[in-house]
Formats: sequence, C-alpha cells, structure tokens
Amino acid sequence: MIEVKNLVKKYGNHLAVDHLDFTIEPGKIYGFLGPNGAGKSTTMNIMTGYIGATEGDVLINGHSIVEEPKEAKKYIGYLPEIPPLYMDMKVIEYLKFAAELKGIESGKKAKAITEAIELTKLHDVSDRLIKNLSKGYRQRVGLAQAVLGMPDIIILDEPTVGLDPKQIIEIRDLIKNLGKNHTVILSSHILQEVSVVCDYIMIISHGKLVASDTPDNLEKLMENTTKLSLKVKADKNNIENILNSFDEIENVEYTTGRDETMTDVNITTPVDIDIREKLFYSFAENKMPIYEMTSTKMTLEDVFLELTQEKKEDE
Amino acid sequence: MLAVYKRDLKSYFNSMIGCVYIAFIIAFVSIYFAYYNLRMGYPYFGDVMCSVAYILMLALPILTMRSFAEERKSKTDQILYTSKSSVTGIVIGKYLAMATIYLIPILWFCVFPLIISAFGTHDFKGDYSCILIVFLIGCAYIALGMFLSSLTESPIIAAVMTFGILLILQLMSGITNFISTSNLTSFIGCVIVVLIAAFIYYAIARNAFVTAIISIVGVMALIVTYIVKSSVFGNFIPTLLNKLPLTNTLDNFAIHTFDVSGVVYCISFGLLFIFLTVQSIQKRRYS
Repeated sequence: MIEVKNLVKKYGNHLAVDHLDFTIEPGKIYGFLGPNGAGKSTTMNIMTGYIGATEGDVLINGHSIVEEPKEAKKYIGYLPEIPPLYMDMKVIEYLKFAAELKGIESGKKAKAITEAIELTKLHDVSDRLIKNLSKGYRQRVGLAQAVLGMPDIIILDEPTVGLDPKQIIEIRDLIKNLGKNHTVILSSHILQEVSVVCDYIMIISHGKLVASDTPDNLEKLMENTTKLSLKVKADKNNIENILNSFDEIENVEYTTGRDETMTDVNITTPVDIDIREKLFYSFAENKMPIYEMTSTKMTLEDVFLELTQEKKEDE
Repeated sequence: MLAVYKRDLKSYFNSMIGCVYIAFIIAFVSIYFAYYNLRMGYPYFGDVMCSVAYILMLALPILTMRSFAEERKSKTDQILYTSKSSVTGIVIGKYLAMATIYLIPILWFCVFPLIISAFGTHDFKGDYSCILIVFLIGCAYIALGMFLSSLTESPIIAAVMTFGILLILQLMSGITNFISTSNLTSFIGCVIVVLIAAFIYYAIARNAFVTAIISIVGVMALIVTYIVKSSVFGNFIPTLLNKLPLTNTLDNFAIHTFDVSGVVYCISFGLLFIFLTVQSIQKRRYS
C-alpha cells in the first residue's frame, strides 16, 4: 500500500507537483494519465526515492521513503522513463548487478534472475551486450530489472513507449499478469493503453489530481450529455434558423470543411432526449439534405481532454 | 557498495580506460626508472617516483571524469539511488573501484626497489615510503576528481575542471610569489575569503538573514583585528595558499623525511572530498 500525502515539488518557481494526495491499494493496476509535463514522472521519481519532495511524504507499506529509505525501497521495483541500463554490460551481467544492488540473498539470486528473464522473454539475448540490443529489448531488460525479486509494488514509467505494436501487446499482457499478484502503477499519455490495462485511473494535470476512478465510472461521469455530428448541404445561416426552434439543444458548433457547400454541425443535448428524427424532418422540409448524422457518447478520451483542458481555462 | 564496486571495476576494463590508464602510467614511470636507476645507476627509486608524480595530474582526471557525470548523463543513476544502497555506500564503492585501478600500477612499482637491491646500494624504507605517499596523494586527487564529476553531467567538463585545479595546486608556489605580502592585502584577502564562505552558505542554505550575520560578524571581527594588531595579517594569505598543494609533502619525502603531517593532510583531503561528493549528490536530489 502506498500513501502519498500532500506532495509538493517545486523547481525554482515552477510547481511540478501541486499538493498531491492519494492512496494506492494493494493488488490492483493503477494508471497515471496526463499530458506531457503533467508531473507524472516527477511523482514517480519521488515515490521511488530518486528525488526528494519539497513538501509532503510518501509511505510505502507504512515506511516513509525519506526517513526509512532502506525499508521502504525494499518493496519497490522501478522502471524509469529511460531504462537505467549500462551499455557496456551483458544482459545477464546487468541483471546480476541489479540483484546484488537490491540486496537479494545469494541463495535466491539465480532463481530470481531466471524468473525475471522468463517473464520478459530475454533468453535469446541474455549473453549479448545491452549496447547491441534494439529499443524493445532494452525496454524489456529494464522491465526485468524492475520485477527482479518480485517486489510488492512495481512502478513503470511509460513502459510501452517506442515499442512496436506486437511488443506493446506483449508488455500489456505481462503487466496484466503481474497485476494478479502485485500492485502495479504505470504512467502513460496514451488513453487506450490505460483503459485496457488498468483497474483504476488517476488523471493528473499541471501537477494536480483532477480525477481518479475506474475507467467505467469515469465514462459514466461524463454521460450526462450526448453529442450529434451532422453534415448538411446548406450554409450556416439557414441551419441556424432551423436549429433555433429546438429548445432541447444545449450547445451548437459550426465548421465549414473543404467543400464550401457543406457545413459540419456539432450539437450537444441532454442524454435522455433524442432529437434525431425531429432534425431529419425539419431539414427535409426546408430542402436541406443531411449527408451524415452520427450520435456519439462521451468517451474516455473526451473525459481526459475535458479534465486536462478545464485547468488551462481556469488560469 | 560491493555491487557498485564490482560493476565499476569491471566497467573500467570493459571500456579500456582502465587498461590504457594502467599501461600509460607503467610505461611512463618505467622509462624514468630505466633511465635514472638502471642506466645512470642512481640507487634511490623513491626520488624518481616523487619527481614523476606530476603525471598523476594528467592521468587521474581521465580515470575520475566518468564516475558520476556519465551516470547522470545516461540516467543510470536512477537504478543506484532507488535501490536499497545508501548514497554513502555508492560513493565509497565508486571511490574504491577507482582507487583499485590506481593501485595496480603502484603495486607494479613496488617491484622496482627489489630490482635495484640486486645491484648493491638500496634504501627500501625511503623507496617504499615514497611509493606510499604517491599512492596517498593520488587517492586524494581521485576524491577531488570524483567530487568535480558529481557536479556536472559532462565527463569532459569534469576532466578539464579536475586538471585545472590540480594544475593550479601544482603551480601554487609560483602564483603566491605574485601576491603582495603587506598587511593590507592579506586583510583584503581575508575579507574576500569570509564573503566567499558566506556566499557558499547562502548557495546551500538559502537563508539571507544568517548569511548577512555571517558576513557582517566576520568582516567586523577582521576590521577590529586589523585596527588593534595589523601585523597578524602579515604574510597570512601567501602562507595559507602555500600550504594547500599536496605536492609539498612529496618534496619532504624526496629528501628522505617521513612527513607525518603530510600523510595526515593527504588522508583528510581525500576524506573531505568524499564527504563533499555525498553532500553534492544529496543536495541535488533533495532541492
């Protein structure tokens, strides 16, 4: 279990992490989601004890990372954004070094290394220099290092960046498997990834936690509106005249595409009202053909965009 | 600590720096040995060792430059600082790895006095104490180089800074000749030292109030001392600067004097910079 208490990190005048407060329960996969520069990596670096916080504390299974680093770090395996690999070492040498550094007893060392190699499928390259490995394999070596000795908590900072689609699926499966027996925290700015893999999502923007819930609940949170997108062969003024007669519409946006005779309209309505039929007949009466009409619910992507943009408007 | 030590030691041989360094030092000193002791028949290897010790100034920065700068650049320090090992343990592990590489040619030089003894007159005590002091001075230089490497991300800058400082230390006696020995200049020198100390304190603690107190009290004390008894300052700064270079000890050893204070100075110099390395790393992580 990890408790993050009122965490603040300042770089000069820039507030990278802004009073962050959350608790991570054991045995689940957590996703840190946020745009670039939101403070995900900084938070992870503080949680793993790589850098200190300006204010606040992190408790790992009850041990403060600042006051009892030795005890707290025992429970953590960490894969930073750039895997910390020594290019002049062989994979197997590197893992041996990592095992020694983590203080794994010499009796269990060989077993732990074999386990990590098996899990990350590194058999074929274990005798090669890390320098000569591809990006995907390097990422896996970094991952092997993080899971070495099977710590309770595994923290992965953007584990799938730079991998090919097949490798991404492999790593996702691996993370899901790890999630069965461990607490996994991963960060990403890719939505699909987090929604597929994680049990729980935390959206961070400008160093603040803006939302944290399960993927389903987050979608439900935004389901109070429905969006309609239309493509109509008419100009903006004529469409406006028709739409003005609809009381149900909350918001309308117009855009003109490449084809000037067409107008794209985005309509937002309350979730329980369907105005599609009414729209169809009114446009038909006025001899304005509708080329396209689609109804979309808010997706996780919209939630993400809305939550991370709201903050910007506040400023 | 042990893990870091073993990894670093191996890495010096993987990257050839270790081999090239050892080969270079052995070749350089051996040429002097062959010329002075074997060809000219001079029976004291210790003197030769002391007079060629300046080569350390050129060679050791190459050895120390990568120690922390490279780790920081390639972000491999993340695995070190997020592991269970303490920062002190990591610093000592790295330091010992460098000291071990440095020790290898020194051990080789221990054979040279034995070769001389086969030909007649020899002075084991003098020779081996000289080898010892050269080893200690090198260890102190390594600590300095490691500290400078921990300040930057670029190994090249670390090497140049280390070389620059060692060069200034080497040339110190020449530099101090330029400094006036009058009471007033020494007084001004002392004021500057106090202000630099206050500035360093401010850079670390960011406490303007205490910094102001340190500088005001320090400068006031100096002014009072200067008014009451200005002769205290006479020659103070040049004498102080002249005491700084470690190579002074070398001169004493070269004339067959075992300079205990010099040995203590070398060891404290080394310990101070190991301590400062730990501090500089902690500071960067926690601010």
